[in-house]
Amino acid sequence: MQPGYYIVLAALLFTIGAVGVLIRRNAIVLFMCIELMLNASNLALVTFGRINGTLDGQIMAFFVMVVAAAEVVVGLAIIMSIFRTRRSASVDDANLLRY
Amino acid sequence: MTAQLAVEAISTGEAWVFWTLGPLAVLAAIGMVVARNAVHSALFLVLVMLCLGVFYVVQSGPFIGLAQIIVYTGAIMMLFLFVLMLVGRDASDSLIEVLRGQRVAAILLGIGFAGLVATAFYRALQDVPAQGLQTANVPSNVHGIAALMFTRYIFAFEVTSALLITAATGAMILAHIERRRDQRQTQPERMRSRFAPGNYPGPKAGPGVYATSDSVATPARLPDGRHSERSVPQILPKRELTEAEAAPKGTASPFGRGAEYGGGSTVSRRSEYGGGAAGRPDDSAGNHVPAAPSVGQGGEGR
Repeated sequence: MQPGYYIVLAALLFTIGAVGVLIRRNAIVLFMCIELMLNASNLALVTFGRINGTLDGQIMAFFVMVVAAAEVVVGLAIIMSIFRTRRSASVDDANLLRY
Repeated sequence: MTAQLAVEAISTGEAWVFWTLGPLAVLAAIGMVVARNAVHSALFLVLVMLCLGVFYVVQSGPFIGLAQIIVYTGAIMMLFLFVLMLVGRDASDSLIEVLRGQRVAAILLGIGFAGLVATAFYRALQDVPAQGLQTANVPSNVHGIAALMFTRYIFAFEVTSALLITAATGAMILAHIERRRDQRQTQPERMRSRFAPGNYPGPKAGPGVYATSDSVATPARLPDGRHSERSVPQILPKRELTEAEAAPKGTASPFGRGAEYGGGSTVSRRSEYGGGAAGRPDDSAGNHVPAAPSVGQGGEGR
């Protein structure tokens, strides 16, 4: 077994997250899929750091984690405010900018 | 990758961990995407994140692994669950496709993308050994990360603080409800409306223990002997009890069984609470087929 397998696993998880973003309608589940993609990229970063023998990958993963936390806070607040006005968390219902 | 570089051999234990938790992570990720219920999706994602945390620890990154478990599964996913509970569990998807064939196309594209990227990475990295972090992790992983973060990445670290402050401020602004000056209630107005006729200021009646029943589905009795349907949890009879169990238990009411229960006020409650979120025909179409006509959509949506 080689560390490349971790990268393959990260690619699979990233793809599953991307497909989830495409096929799901619930805004919260969409956010979870984005989190899955960020996690997959984190796994790739940590593995790359291990392959190269440096800790930079882990530090980048750490920064990705921080950005994900900030993004989740703001995104969930936006979902809450949309839900408050439209009584729905479905991304298909938020179509005010469409016309 | 020259020969004089240190090469870290991957132990059998790590291979076992990978081949156990890797497929588990992939299955949980697929389960997260296909689960109809958003709470199930969140729990599947927690499982994926725990697997990834174990992977980080195994790949000689104990700090990032524990940060993954604490920050992601502990904080972020709990935030997700909080919002799910606030938004309501009706948050399952509609089966209507706005763009025709989008799901099939997305799945086909996903399979193609996964095959392409996974094959490319596999072919590129199958012979690349890991140098390992034994030299970098001296004296420990936390020391190494701190030494790098506070020297080379100090600027990114500082920028992170600005990002976090911006995110916190933005969340507060988005979550804040601004009341107009004329809608603000002063304390005397609030007290007057509390004791005004039409509002009962005392504690509400609770469901009681009677000689014939001690079920929480037994409605409390009002002073005039009628049942108070407000004392029965709205969610309980509709979800977990059969119709016979949910029916008001006989407490020898002089007004007969269920005089008030199930009356007109129940309908108004249902439309008041459940109607907005789950009672809409467009967003719940095809999701929940009510098991019985008496199980209203208001009960499903909470």
